[in-house]
Amino acid sequence: MGAPALVALLVFNYLPMAGIILAFKSYDTYDGVLHSPWVGLQNFHFLFSSGDALRVTRNTVVMNTLFIAANLVISIGLALLLNEVRDRAPWLSKLYQSAMFLPFVLSYVVITNFALTFLNADTGIVNHLLHNFGSSGVDWYNAPNWWPLILTVVEVWKGVGFWVIVYLAGIISISPEYYEAAAIDGASRWQQIRQITLPLLVPLIVINVLLSLSHIFNADFGLFFQVTQNSTTLYPTTDVIDTYVYRSLTSIGDVGMAAAAGLYQSFVGFVLVVTANWLVRRRGTDALF
Amino acid sequence: MVTETAPPAKAHRPARHSPPAFNLRRLAIHCGLAIVALGFVTPLIIVLSASFSSESAITDNGYSPLPQRFSATAYRYVLGDPGKIVQAYGVSILVTVTGTIVSLTIMSMLAYTLSRNDYRLRRPLSFYVLFTMIFNGGLVPTYILITQYLHLQNTLLVLVLPYVVTPWYLLLLRTYFSQLPKDIMDAARIDGAGEWRVFTGIVLPLSKPALATVGLFVMLLYWNDWWLGLLYITDDRLAPLQLYLYRILTNIDYAASNSQLAGTTIAIPIQTVRMAVAVLAIGPIVAAFFFIQRFLIRGIALGGLKD
Repeated sequence: MGAPALVALLVFNYLPMAGIILAFKSYDTYDGVLHSPWVGLQNFHFLFSSGDALRVTRNTVVMNTLFIAANLVISIGLALLLNEVRDRAPWLSKLYQSAMFLPFVLSYVVITNFALTFLNADTGIVNHLLHNFGSSGVDWYNAPNWWPLILTVVEVWKGVGFWVIVYLAGIISISPEYYEAAAIDGASRWQQIRQITLPLLVPLIVINVLLSLSHIFNADFGLFFQVTQNSTTLYPTTDVIDTYVYRSLTSIGDVGMAAAAGLYQSFVGFVLVVTANWLVRRRGTDALF
Repeated sequence: MVTETAPPAKAHRPARHSPPAFNLRRLAIHCGLAIVALGFVTPLIIVLSASFSSESAITDNGYSPLPQRFSATAYRYVLGDPGKIVQAYGVSILVTVTGTIVSLTIMSMLAYTLSRNDYRLRRPLSFYVLFTMIFNGGLVPTYILITQYLHLQNTLLVLVLPYVVTPWYLLLLRTYFSQLPKDIMDAARIDGAGEWRVFTGIVLPLSKPALATVGLFVMLLYWNDWWLGLLYITDDRLAPLQLYLYRILTNIDYAASNSQLAGTTIAIPIQTVRMAVAVLAIGPIVAAFFFIQRFLIRGIALGGLKD
């Protein structure tokens, strides 16, 4: 009964794993994967000596760290605020939550269209506003220094609704008895949040952050490729491992080096996931495996 | 059945720190949240209103939250041209419907076998599924496999097959199935029901909430996908809606060159057409959003679903 799914995994997940040998070969379409000549570690040598590896690794890790931190702080803040009004205005609170969650179901192509609407140098809303204040505006798609901020805003806008749901569910599951006892002792709402809500959320936060950290080597291709419009001038800050592999494969056509970069990413990702899982399990909570 | 007991005393919760019916603090929180919520939907409103504005108004005044010089020209242009967009819509609908049905079917079939405690290969096969979540071959081997060995490029299959099994959703279904009451299934087996009968007659009907949630996530995955199209589709007739929108965004002339109006002197309202296509791409999702969000929210809150 399970055969179709097992076969699908075999073809689309396990066969490509065997293909990691490409990272150690000089791939030639006519020879195929198996008969292309071996080149040892030469692909890796090119990758790391060009300085590209360092740049895309740094961008991937730095941007993901920014996203994790921003999503964490903002989603917990919003979840706390929603929790304050949830009792008395459940309908409004649901409406706020829906609005925050809405971007989560949109694709990055659609979001790229939004970004263009705001950031286009001529017709964009942001430059229009800047003109009104007498500024000459910014040519956003050629201004790499702004993009860590822009991408963080876009990522939070798209993804924070998801985390709000996670943390609000965590807050709701806290037993009301703690708050009742604290209220009797005369604790203010702010004291209750600091002394009860946040400490009790810590286990959930630790697990989520660990799991996010375990994916820190995997960038969201859609965000970095689509939203930046793949603008070459932005590469210093927006080129990540995923976009680098894609470009090496499709436009540069360096299969060997693209495969090497991909394997480097998969391998470090594997180590990170296993480590994170080990840490989560050591805390005595349900781990991934 | 037990008789109804009195509602638990906890049901009427003692008021927290003396909140009056109306207070400034709560009002401030509402204001803050309302502004944030508005911020989240503003881009959608602007795109919607721009799609109903006249091209010249956008060029003159820029975008705004309300349509300027109301005009449906962009839609008339996009929909009146019986070419790419209708085709792209068709491709997206076909791929989403087929993909969701096939994916849900084969994932639940494997999930059911893995949920059975008496299945000998349960542990090794669960690991077989799980391992694909922690290690992958990467883009390059996958790309070469699909284009050089399976020759799936420029087929509709390539838009469906690679996403047909999502290991995370499969394991979620397995967990749900394994929590179903075993007694009913055992009773059915004693009555002579085979595995298929148990699966289709008992397990699936009892699992509607889980199937709905996972089904919706899979649907979103297919409807929103442009990645497979970007990699494997060069034939315009097979481009799904998202890929079509992507091509318009990256190449402003794409809409024009693919139009039957190409070569004529009619000016193409590029800005508003872009917006109209975006509205058509998000329309179905946003319309469905209000019905499906409670499933998605429940799925996230319970399983910590991640994409």
